[in-house]
Amino acid sequence: MAPKRVKSIKFQVFSPKEIRKMSVAKIITPDTYDDDGYPIEMGLMDQRLGVIDPGLRCKTCGGKIGECPGHFGHVELVAPVIHVGYAKLIAKLLNSTCSNCGRILLSDKKRDEFIEEIRKRKEVNADFEDVVKEAFSTASGVKECPHCGEPHVEIKFEKPTFYYENNHRLTPIDVRERLEKIPDEDLRAFGIEPESARPEWMVLTVLPVPPVNTRPSITLESGQRSEDDLTHKLVDIIRINQRFQENKEAGAPQLIIEDLWELLQYHVTTYLDNEVSGVPPARHRSGRPLKTLSQRLKGKEGRFRGSLSGKRVNFSARTVISPDPNLSIGEVGVPIEIAKELTVPVYVNEHNLEEVREYILREEHPKANYVIRSDGKRVKVTENNREELIEKLEPGWIVERQLKDGDIVLFNRQPSLHRMSIMAHEVRVLPYKTFRLNPAVCPPYNADFDGDEMNLHVPQSLEAQAEAKILMSVQEHILSPRFGGPIIGGIHDHITGLYLLTRRGNRFTRSEVMELIKTIDVDKLPEPAIEEDGKKYWTGKQVFSLILPDGLNMKFKAEICENCDVCKEENCDRDAYVVIKDGELIHGTIDEKAIGAFKGLIIDQIVRKYGAYTARIFLDNATKLAIRAIMHFGFSFGIDDEDIPDDALNQIIDVIREAEDDVTNLVMAFRRGELDPLPGRTIEETLELRIMQSLGRARDRAGKIAGGYLGLDNSAVIMAVSGARGSMLNLTQMAACVGQQSVRGERIKRGYTDRTLPHFRRGELGAEARGFVKSSYKNGLDPLEFFFHAVGGREGLVDTAVRTSQSGYLQRRLINALQDLKLEYDGTVRDTRGVVVQFKYGDDGIDPRKSYGGKAVDVKRIIEEVLEEG
Amino acid sequence: MKMKLQEHILVPEHKIVPEKEIENILKTLGIKKHQLPKIRKSDPIIQEIGAKPGDVIKITRDSLTARKAVVYRVVVE
Repeated sequence: MAPKRVKSIKFQVFSPKEIRKMSVAKIITPDTYDDDGYPIEMGLMDQRLGVIDPGLRCKTCGGKIGECPGHFGHVELVAPVIHVGYAKLIAKLLNSTCSNCGRILLSDKKRDEFIEEIRKRKEVNADFEDVVKEAFSTASGVKECPHCGEPHVEIKFEKPTFYYENNHRLTPIDVRERLEKIPDEDLRAFGIEPESARPEWMVLTVLPVPPVNTRPSITLESGQRSEDDLTHKLVDIIRINQRFQENKEAGAPQLIIEDLWELLQYHVTTYLDNEVSGVPPARHRSGRPLKTLSQRLKGKEGRFRGSLSGKRVNFSARTVISPDPNLSIGEVGVPIEIAKELTVPVYVNEHNLEEVREYILREEHPKANYVIRSDGKRVKVTENNREELIEKLEPGWIVERQLKDGDIVLFNRQPSLHRMSIMAHEVRVLPYKTFRLNPAVCPPYNADFDGDEMNLHVPQSLEAQAEAKILMSVQEHILSPRFGGPIIGGIHDHITGLYLLTRRGNRFTRSEVMELIKTIDVDKLPEPAIEEDGKKYWTGKQVFSLILPDGLNMKFKAEICENCDVCKEENCDRDAYVVIKDGELIHGTIDEKAIGAFKGLIIDQIVRKYGAYTARIFLDNATKLAIRAIMHFGFSFGIDDEDIPDDALNQIIDVIREAEDDVTNLVMAFRRGELDPLPGRTIEETLELRIMQSLGRARDRAGKIAGGYLGLDNSAVIMAVSGARGSMLNLTQMAACVGQQSVRGERIKRGYTDRTLPHFRRGELGAEARGFVKSSYKNGLDPLEFFFHAVGGREGLVDTAVRTSQSGYLQRRLINALQDLKLEYDGTVRDTRGVVVQFKYGDDGIDPRKSYGGKAVDVKRIIEEVLEEG
Repeated sequence: MKMKLQEHILVPEHKIVPEKEIENILKTLGIKKHQLPKIRKSDPIIQEIGAKPGDVIKITRDSLTARKAVVYRVVVE
């Protein structure tokens, strides 16, 4: 069937006539069931309102449960009450119309101007809210009716549903009468279409009773019936309505009538919305506030966001995740307990009869949980009926088999911000209770193992499984469509491990090499690079080359490159120039730039040249090799790794003292007025800038000194330079000097009048008075430094809290705006109506995943490849 | 004195597409006129170049990815 398009939706106010017309039952008794548990006629559970009990038929339409949509009934209110949702609009209308003649308090000419403007706006689908607002505000300011000359008295609106005129309360009857008098044509000036929303309909005289389907009662275990909140509320309304009626007929005193009227108003108000300000919420006997109509729709768990935009699913699982580098990046370790619960349907045919029989017969893990017979009946497979089922088994049955190795599942971590947040993995059923994944797939999910949980979904049809495998599997998402580079790659230990392995000067004996590659599928070793005293040694570069595909040629600068003015290329002092020839690592060290997530050039090149499958194998091997390598060398990091000799310490102190003196001089120069302002800055700004500069430089110099003494073999330095974790700045702060703390990019100046803390003189501008921390984390901060550090740290916390909520909301809006856009075969981006949004995707029509550095063709690379072949 | 919007560096080049070419452009794109992105008649740039509702405007923008990007819009009320 061709999809249909909703052309328009129109909301209207129910008129009493309509309510009565659609009603199938007039409800008069507040009772629901009689003593036998049978629904009372003309009660709230009247059988004409629909069926909720299985087996029964609807007295109105004859439909069974699920066929009958339910039917509305109605309650005749003894006296009208205000609808809370329209109370404010009613107040505005009363104040903008004449109490005598009911006309709008504007001249006909003016009124027609408003009507014309609204008509115009509607024609082009523009907002006309502001016109309506203006119509109300102009009309309500008028003191005398321009039509009949009656002076206009302001009607005071008191929340939620009271109106006063000259301190005299208007009853809903009075209100309704006045609203009735407003002529149709005048209403249009307020943006109200009289045929769909006469204002007097906003004062209820008859109340629709929703069908029982809307408010199903539940039978408790004890056999007792528990009614829905809406039913409870309707009972209240009808009970008061009845009492009101009796009192009125008996001619009760005005005071009692008014009280009952107000009570009826209260019940109707809370029935519509139980969270109106100024009205105590109606409560259940237990004290829980009732969930009435408005509460059903509103908010995150309401009908719109909770039931329509979001839905719940079966065949899913959720648990904590933990790492397992021995898994392939395309696998996911599923706890056996979960695998036993999740099932995949197998459609029985002549060809899989044997296989399916095996599942039914098995008593352990991959067995059948349920079978669905040809007649659609679900039967649980138990020890007793196993044999029986086998005999009856025939094509056409469906067997629900437990999840087993090799099944395709979708794996997801929230927030699902990009398409790599849900990828298809192959199942590996494992012991224990966590989902296991290769740490190399952490970056696309943005996952870590500090308690993160992830979800898993089992596609149920063969089509879905095939689609997931082809389009969503991990290997198809190694390259990110965001920047065209690999988003899956080595992290932390992978980078450190391969860095240690491929550094210059490593050599391994045959048994050591075997140790390194034993988990990798390699069947041939190259000739050893070094032979000494008759012993054979292989270099780390040779070992790494074992996992590179043949024919791979690359040249690039590694992460450890220091960007010298003149690159020495192959002769680099730090071995930072990587050269790969025919799948052989000739020069250079492997680090983040080569195999890291986000940067990994080798991964990038392998995906492009050899495809996703080879890239997956490479990543599997690289992560395994890296873990082996880091275990071979051993790698640890502790507080004494930050120890620096006294010599260095003294140098650092000198550097900082120098900077402090510099600051003092700057401040003195400033005080004398000798400071030359920088272009476009005031003298004060210039001073701040130069102080920041001076102190920043001092910290960097301190860091250099510390770094120099720590040396390139220091664990922290290895991690920082290879890009595995941390930066030289982190190291500087730990070993040498934490540096200037800042709030909004400026030195800290908040606190007391003209000073940060009472420990300083007013107006003091020196380094330590404005939050410079000269200690290192290792040596510890003094109390004042600690305070400044907390001040600076707080800003970071606040920023992240604010940023995540803001960007989350922005993302939601963007997704809602862009969700149905589609890239057509002609290269244009269009919405569902076929209206062009972009004439060429991204202006250049290039898919970043298939481009080279954002360009469709990388001429330089092609030339190099051709030359190399020649 | 009011400055010409077209002279401002942030305003991309807007041009009215001659009637004869519209047909061609729509044909290459395989769309009807109403499927083009819209621009209001009240837009200052439209008033400046004096386009009327129904006219097609060719806008040549600077683009980070493609250096120059050409976009068409149809003028509406």
